[in-house]
Amino acid sequence: MAQINRHDNRLGLWGWLGGGRWGIERYAYILHRLTGLGVLFYFLMHIVVTSLRAFGVYLWIEGGVFHQPIFRVGEFLVYAAFAYHAFNGIRLVLVELGFAVGAPIEPVYPYKTSLDVQRPLLIVMMILAAIFLAVGGYEAIGLAR
Amino acid sequence: MRETKYWTWHMAAGVVIFLLLGLHMLVMHLGGWTHLFAPFGGEAVSRDNSLFRDGKLFFTATYILLLGVALYHGLYGLRTILFELTLKPAAEKAVTFILLVGGLGLFGLGTWAAIVVHAAAAAARG
Repeated sequence: MAQINRHDNRLGLWGWLGGGRWGIERYAYILHRLTGLGVLFYFLMHIVVTSLRAFGVYLWIEGGVFHQPIFRVGEFLVYAAFAYHAFNGIRLVLVELGFAVGAPIEPVYPYKTSLDVQRPLLIVMMILAAIFLAVGGYEAIGLAR
Repeated sequence: MRETKYWTWHMAAGVVIFLLLGLHMLVMHLGGWTHLFAPFGGEAVSRDNSLFRDGKLFFTATYILLLGVALYHGLYGLRTILFELTLKPAAEKAVTFILLVGGLGLFGLGTWAAIVVHAAAAAARG
C-alpha cells in the first residue's frame, strides 16, 4: 500500500495559522479553515437543537431561547462564515481539479505564475460572497420583510 | 491512495453541500426575499412553517442527505486539520475513532428526528 510521506509540523498551530509572506490566497486558505471550524461547531449544536423538535421542543421560534438578539447576531455570523467558506470552497475545488490554473507552459524567463490566472477567480468568488452576505444582512436587520 | 479517495469524497461532499445548504439558506435566512416553502407567513423558522416542510418527503430526504454529507465534510476537514499538527499514530487512530463514532451518533440522532417529525407532520396533515 502506498505510504504518504508527511513532514513534521514543527511550528504547531502557527504552521497552519501563519501566512507569512505568501500571497493573499494563503490567507484566504487560513480564513477558509477558520470559517470551516466555526460552521462545524455551529452545525454540531444545530443537529442536537433541531432534533429536539421530535419532542415538540422548538427553541428557535419566537419566545424561544435562541430567538434572542444575541443568538440572531451569532446566526448571522454563521451565515457570513458559510458565504465565505462556500464560495472560496468552490474556487478551491476548481483549482484542485486543474481548472482556472492556466495551461502548462515552458519555464522561460521571466517566469509566469498560475496566480495570474487564479487571482481573478478569487476576486470573482469574493464579490459573489459579498453579494450573498449583503442580501443576508439586509434580511437579518429586518428590511426584507 | 485511500486518503486520496477520502479527499475526493470531501470535495464532492462540498459541492453537494453548496447546493443543499444554499437552498437551506434561501429558505431560512433569505425567506423575507424568497418566501420559499413558508406558506403560513411570518418567519420561515416558525413552528407552522417548520412543520409544513417536515411533512414534505423532499425536505426529509434532503435533510438526511445534507446531514450525512455535511457531517462527513466537516469531520473529515477537522481530522485533516488535527493531523497537520503531527500527531502520534495512536493519537491519529483515536481521533479518527472519536470523530467516526461521534459523526455516526449525530447522523443517527438527526435522521431519527427527521423521520419521526415527518411521520407526525404527515399524519397531522391527513
